[in-house]
Amino acid sequence: MNFALTDQQQQIRDEVAKLCARFDETYWLERDRTATFPEAFFAAMAEGNWLGIAMPEEYGGAGLGITEAAILMQTVAESGACMSGASAIHLNIFGLNPVVVSGTETQKRRMLPPVVAGRDKACFGVTEPNAGLNTTQISTRADRRGDRYMINGTKIWTSTAQVANKILLLARTTPLDRVQRHSHGLTLFYTTLDRAHAEVRLIHKMGRHAVDSNMVFFEDMEVPEEDRIGEEGEGFRTLLHGLNPERVLVAAEAIGIGHAGLARASRYARERVVFGRPIGQNQGIQHPLAKCWAELEAARLMVMKAAWLYDQGLPCGAEANAAKYLAGEAGFRACEQAVMTHGGMGYAQEYHVERYLRESLIPRIAPVSPQLILSYLAERVLDLPKSY
Amino acid sequence: MKILVPVKRVVDYNVKVRVKADGTGIETAGVKMSMNPFDEIGVEEAVRLKEKGAATEIVAVSMGVPQCAETIRTALAMGADRGILVETDAELQPLAVAKLLKAIAEKEQPKLIILGKQAIDDDMNATGQMLAALLGWPQGTFASKITIEGDGITVTREVDGGLETVALTLPAIITTDLRLNEPRYASLPNIMKARKKPIDNLKPADLGVDPKPRLTTVKVAEPPKRKAGVKVGSVAELVEKLKTEAKVI
Repeated sequence: MNFALTDQQQQIRDEVAKLCARFDETYWLERDRTATFPEAFFAAMAEGNWLGIAMPEEYGGAGLGITEAAILMQTVAESGACMSGASAIHLNIFGLNPVVVSGTETQKRRMLPPVVAGRDKACFGVTEPNAGLNTTQISTRADRRGDRYMINGTKIWTSTAQVANKILLLARTTPLDRVQRHSHGLTLFYTTLDRAHAEVRLIHKMGRHAVDSNMVFFEDMEVPEEDRIGEEGEGFRTLLHGLNPERVLVAAEAIGIGHAGLARASRYARERVVFGRPIGQNQGIQHPLAKCWAELEAARLMVMKAAWLYDQGLPCGAEANAAKYLAGEAGFRACEQAVMTHGGMGYAQEYHVERYLRESLIPRIAPVSPQLILSYLAERVLDLPKSY
Repeated sequence: MKILVPVKRVVDYNVKVRVKADGTGIETAGVKMSMNPFDEIGVEEAVRLKEKGAATEIVAVSMGVPQCAETIRTALAMGADRGILVETDAELQPLAVAKLLKAIAEKEQPKLIILGKQAIDDDMNATGQMLAALLGWPQGTFASKITIEGDGITVTREVDGGLETVALTLPAIITTDLRLNEPRYASLPNIMKARKKPIDNLKPADLGVDPKPRLTTVKVAEPPKRKAGVKVGSVAELVEKLKTEAKVI
């Protein structure tokens, strides 16, 4: 067993950290305050070709694994960019995995290079207001008209839809009452987000104002057949390929935020003097922070294990879910403790930890809730009866 | 023109350095190591010369433990063409490094050797000067600007109270100062390409050099702890404290 990063992984971490250092806390605070997409950061990541880290080499990527992508995402979040930085590039990094797995050669040549180069920005249209985690119940329809499909329906929590030009979209092509299994009859598309037929409405939310989240209303949006990924009716299975790596990346992002919060909290605890001594000299301050570190590092090991399993082509469902759960909780707790360590100052924006705390709830809740992960582990690992 | 760029593996500049309990040196086990920042400036300058067409090949050299190969890889990712690792467990002091570099220079025949003016770990500021003396080459140390014209090189040096410009004839030694350039970030494709660039492995014996240290470290100790400062409420209070407590005015 070897827990050390390889030279190359260490180098990735170092170089990404250097790049992120160009975008300091004031940059991210300003993006959050003004709710503006971090275009300069996105462009810098694209320029260094970091967006292609896990994409195959023949389409402009670096052909590295999810392990490297996770290291990248943790480093970005840890720089203080948190989810504002991570979510800005998240979909370019791995969102197009279904195209890599199920796309035709022509589709890959057409779709992947622009995303790797950052010329295309993609968003994700899966979740719906009335379906949530019960994905097979989605009601957005794709009706076939000759060599085209007509999309009608509503998606929710579609991040970056304000700035994206492409969308990875899941829609029902065969009605629920005419399929044998609920997971059948769903089809995946990667297509142009045609704003003439798709209304994108911003959701006002708690944090990560720099990266928008939206409801998207489709009305007769046409999608050509060549934008369909995989077979008709097989969309759910196509999508499933990307779920475990996505959990790994989100978990890595949560750990990055947690460490960012912990670093700020420790620094403040060392420097802030009350009653003639630094507050960090008190065990009441020390112990909660030390516990956060232990939890974050334990979660990180699970993230790395899940990433390693995925890269080896081994099953990783339990580990990827456990990693997302542990990291989501640990990241949140570290940010909460960071605010508490700062006392009143923790509530002030200029100390940044309140932003971390707001953003740390995202990887805790998304893309799957902690409760559903526990149900999954109970059912799949402990062989307990399904509860829902 | 071939350029030789020595790169040293040192404790990362962000790491809080700790002295070993027995006072024999500093703790390096489990500590993050990086390329000496002044050497990074050297690599950057070499790469810029190559991009301008003034250089044809850049060879990065590092010496010490096998992990120094990582430092060479960093140089390769920035744009160096190949690496030479001189592997040894011996503690390397400037004179030994200069002798090893001299042997490599005789083999490789570079026109220019660009070193960091000093390493941030031992702050010796000696290797470049020693190497120039051993090779009998001209040296332009603490360079903040260099210009190559034909067989000559003009070096602007940062000296006390101003700048000094010297003209050297190639082959020559340059040591870099902080303001020579700002090193680039390696892009992912360049990190990937660096994996495929060759690194030669040598031992000091292959170069006919005995790297045995000539100096003995007697003791390493931490500087005395600084006491926390105080915040003052007004200029009057500050002046008062400077007079009565600090007794500096």
